[in-house]
Amino acid sequence: MIRSELIAKIAEENPHLYQRDVERIVNTVFEEVTDAMARGDRVELRGFGAFSVKKRDARIGRNPRTGETVHVEEKFVPFFKTGKLLRDRLNGK
Amino acid sequence: MGEKTVTRMDLSEAVFREVGLSRNESAQLVESMLEHMSDALVRGEQVKISSFGTFSVREKSARVGRNPKTGQEVPIQPRRVLTFRPSHLMKDRVAAGNRKD
Repeated sequence: MIRSELIAKIAEENPHLYQRDVERIVNTVFEEVTDAMARGDRVELRGFGAFSVKKRDARIGRNPRTGETVHVEEKFVPFFKTGKLLRDRLNGK
Repeated sequence: MGEKTVTRMDLSEAVFREVGLSRNESAQLVESMLEHMSDALVRGEQVKISSFGTFSVREKSARVGRNPKTGQEVPIQPRRVLTFRPSHLMKDRVAAGNRKD
């Protein structure tokens, strides 16, 4: 499933909405999740999962091609943990 | 760094502000998005949202696990797990937003 298929499904179920409004709705939701993580917030969607930001410490890395050592700065990365309900559903429970 | 927890309520509030539907209908639409995504994943489909990220289902085979506290061996059944791979755009925005200057 891709974004446009998700939009199409929701548009189909809501014939009273304009397609462009459904697009705005779907885009707003994904945008809000990304914005929240960019602020360092956590997004908890019970049953589906939780998005959070994890810190990766600074480390000494190595360029695998040249073997040269490089300093890798501390960084923050997005992380998703599957919710219990969805995890159970994936396993037929 | 923020420490707020954003919930369904905040997402539907954003939809309410953006599109001007009722709060109730906004909440239902958010719910319906999550349901369609979950259903696709349960069917074993990948959910690929451009400039957001990709959710995919991976099959894990059975293995022998160990209770780290007691050292006792426990069989772990084959199972399906969900992984999320953030898009480059999301990674960049999260890195930039949280960077300490």
